[in-house]
Amino acid sequence: MTTDRQRRLEQAAPWILSVALLVVWQAICTLFEVSDFIFPSPWTIAQALVEYAKPIAGHAWQTFWTTMIGFAIGVAVGLALGVAVGTSRFVYRGLYPLLVAFNAIPKVAFVPILVVWFGIGTVPAVLTAFLISFFPIVVNVATGLATLEPELEDVLRSLGARKSDILLKVGLPRSLPFFFASLKVSITLAFIGTVVSETVASNDGIGYLMMSAGSSMKMPLVFAGLFVIGVMAMAMYELFAVLERRMTGWAHRGAHASG
Amino acid sequence: MTQSSAFVDFRDVALAYEGHADFAVEDISLSIRAGEFVAIVGPSGCGKSTFMKLATGLKPPTKGTVTVAGNRVTGPLKIVGMAFQAPTLLPWRTTLDNVLLPLEIVEPYRATFKRDRAQFADRARALLKTVGLDGYEDKLPYQLSGGMQQRASICRALVHQPQMLLLDEPFGALDAFTREELWCILRDLWAARRFTVILVTHDLREAVFLADTVYVMSRRPGRILARREIELPRPRDLEVTYSDAFSHIVHDLRERIGAIRREPADA
Repeated sequence: MTTDRQRRLEQAAPWILSVALLVVWQAICTLFEVSDFIFPSPWTIAQALVEYAKPIAGHAWQTFWTTMIGFAIGVAVGLALGVAVGTSRFVYRGLYPLLVAFNAIPKVAFVPILVVWFGIGTVPAVLTAFLISFFPIVVNVATGLATLEPELEDVLRSLGARKSDILLKVGLPRSLPFFFASLKVSITLAFIGTVVSETVASNDGIGYLMMSAGSSMKMPLVFAGLFVIGVMAMAMYELFAVLERRMTGWAHRGAHASG
Repeated sequence: MTQSSAFVDFRDVALAYEGHADFAVEDISLSIRAGEFVAIVGPSGCGKSTFMKLATGLKPPTKGTVTVAGNRVTGPLKIVGMAFQAPTLLPWRTTLDNVLLPLEIVEPYRATFKRDRAQFADRARALLKTVGLDGYEDKLPYQLSGGMQQRASICRALVHQPQMLLLDEPFGALDAFTREELWCILRDLWAARRFTVILVTHDLREAVFLADTVYVMSRRPGRILARREIELPRPRDLEVTYSDAFSHIVHDLRERIGAIRREPADA
């Protein structure tokens, strides 16, 4: 069946494209004899990955759990604020403009402040990951709650439902797809937050590794660091995408019918 | 009609929505007996849905009083089941869980819901069976047709055995055949249980076929212009809709609504 072949081709597409990209990259580096100090080839990056596997793994682990803690705080705070903003007009009016203004500030600008307060190391990295990742969750959860169909609410209100009933039985389940969509955005943002903080103010983590590798001209190692971050973020993104499909299949029936 | 026999009683009721100077409905006075099937018809935008919100207590009247079952209505009533033009099923719940929803909320079922869930589920299944939805209990709403969704929605409105059923153009979005099928389902449910029904509709045939009493509302601000008792014998079969007596009543009501529409609009 052609549709079957099409589907398999679609599934293979990211791999095909990645391999093609690597081949072109390698070809350019080899053909034009680009120096490894300027732009390392995939092959030298792979070599660096193997050669420095141990330190890379250590730093990657540091970056990973730092990000997870920051992200977890971001989810908790984001959910709480999202519910508050989405259910109360008063909070919406009062808090939302402040949140928007806060979100417009580059989070890198916070790192020096956090360093003054908490010293260099894990804490500023966790907090940066948190600060950068909670906003999309707030916006999405609030949107999910605020766009609740009034008829759906009327059905419950005419039964004498309490506000908490409406929130638990209709509001929150209905905003789950919004919530999961925001998790996918937030997890990648959290990695950015951690790495940015590590490059500026840490002696640990992939960010620090790339910084110190760069200053000792080990460009393949810098790129290896980039690669590792990309893989971690992609893996976490996929994890949440799978969770999303499992938890909110009813909202994605078109794209993944009977999946 | 004496005051005491009225189940629903509107006295000089008017409602203006917040931020609007003019009334959406005004001078509404009517009495509905317990177990009576009432239909309210009128041109679109005449405040029929506003009337529903008043009857359920979702909106308090600006003027006048609404009394239901002897109590003045001040907040949302719990003895009411509602169904709307859109089925408004929760898309993440199966048909059965959608129908069970009121039992999770309304006392006294709420208190024992966890313990008696199996028994409640049996009741819901039985109800679904009466509307021909057996076998669809575990389907999600998007797997049902529009008519099936609306049937499930009516089951949801009835599962907590309310004394009053409020229907806001429940069959408006369905095709003619499905609509007539659902008329008969509603007729049979009502005949078996004898709850009070207020049906808001713009379909005159629907109103005449189902109701004991039809009220005609005027365009905004909505007022009750006419009241007509439908004396067609019960039980009514779909055949009755082709009889002369039926057409005569429908024509008569149509005339009255036509008269409203010909009046110049004042805005």
